[in-house]
Amino acid sequence: MRIGVLSGKGGAGKTMMAVNLAAAGERAVYIDCDVEEPNGRLFFRPEGVTAQAVRTKLPEFDALKCTGCRKCVEFCRFHALVYIKEKPMVFEEVCHACGGCGLVCPSGAVMERERPVGQVERGRHREVEVITGVLNPGEASGVPVIRAALKAGASIGGLTIVDCPPGSACTVVESISNVDYCLLAAEPTAFGMHNFQMVYELAVLLGKPCGVVINKMDGPYPPLEDFCRENGLPILLRIPYRRRLAQMAAEGEIAVERDRAAAVVFRRLLERIGGGG
Amino acid sequence: MKIAIPVEENRKDVCASFGRAPWFLFYNTDTGEKTWMENPAAQSQGGAGLQAAQFVADQGSGAVITVRCGQNGAEVLRAAEISIYRGDEAEAEDCLRAFEENRLELLTRFHAGFQGIQ
Repeated sequence: MRIGVLSGKGGAGKTMMAVNLAAAGERAVYIDCDVEEPNGRLFFRPEGVTAQAVRTKLPEFDALKCTGCRKCVEFCRFHALVYIKEKPMVFEEVCHACGGCGLVCPSGAVMERERPVGQVERGRHREVEVITGVLNPGEASGVPVIRAALKAGASIGGLTIVDCPPGSACTVVESISNVDYCLLAAEPTAFGMHNFQMVYELAVLLGKPCGVVINKMDGPYPPLEDFCRENGLPILLRIPYRRRLAQMAAEGEIAVERDRAAAVVFRRLLERIGGGG
Repeated sequence: MKIAIPVEENRKDVCASFGRAPWFLFYNTDTGEKTWMENPAAQSQGGAGLQAAQFVADQGSGAVITVRCGQNGAEVLRAAEISIYRGDEAEAEDCLRAFEENRLELLTRFHAGFQGIQ
């Protein structure tokens, strides 16, 4: 079973939940798709780490064949291409490597070369295979690195926990493209609620079954509870706002390995989702 | 020579953003003629600075007067051999006057971009 852990806003507890779910499973694969800031490895401190570069394609132009028709410039919706002084120019960090410029070029003037955009690390923490996507700073899109990280995880199989990037953009769509279940980390605040609704809409749009974990709960927040009830969305767990939990997180400790009660709670959460074995 | 200035909806005030200005004012220093054109990059999802710079270059501009400009936009303008002047005046008219009186300085610092619609 593949479980994606998402939230609309950062700091809602995605990584804490994903790491603990993976650690609560008897054997699991943890894939960190939050490639701009992959933090799962800070908790797992994986051993035997190997890294593989992720490359994407970048267009190059054959000046002899280019007729200056600008079809490529017009096609590029990211505006990574400009045509100045009768020469096409490409802006590497803006290019999403879609290959479209090569397809629309009527004179075959576009060639492609590869360039590194990040890497996928693979290591182990006890029974957890830890896969970490790392995007190079300044890159426009994390999608190629996420794709490579997911592929590395898919080759292992079994219980797989996908720690998604925050928000509801393309990188999140890519991260949950193949999950069987979406676990939504929600914060009981107006801001948290707004972003929670956005990821919920996305998960529904992609036809994914969802469940909610309310994190950092310091009291009931009726709008969130009402929303879940009205939409038939199960609230699987309410995690209280506790100093001890925050402290464990800040020290990079995995709660289920340090705290018996946490181990029971996350084991049960996994069973309710259906990934318990 | 043609000078391009990013301007606000009222077409008079200088717009602080180069890439996302709603309009560009083009002033021809030889004929004194002014034309306003909508900036095709104003609502662009990304790469607005690049697209705006392409547009300004395509209009045959020789100079841009702007409050600020991103690195990518600046690189395109540089490749097109378009000078980038710093305009601190509130109104485009005053920027043009300052230009004609040789009071403008070249913009030398370019920001890293704001990535998306602000």
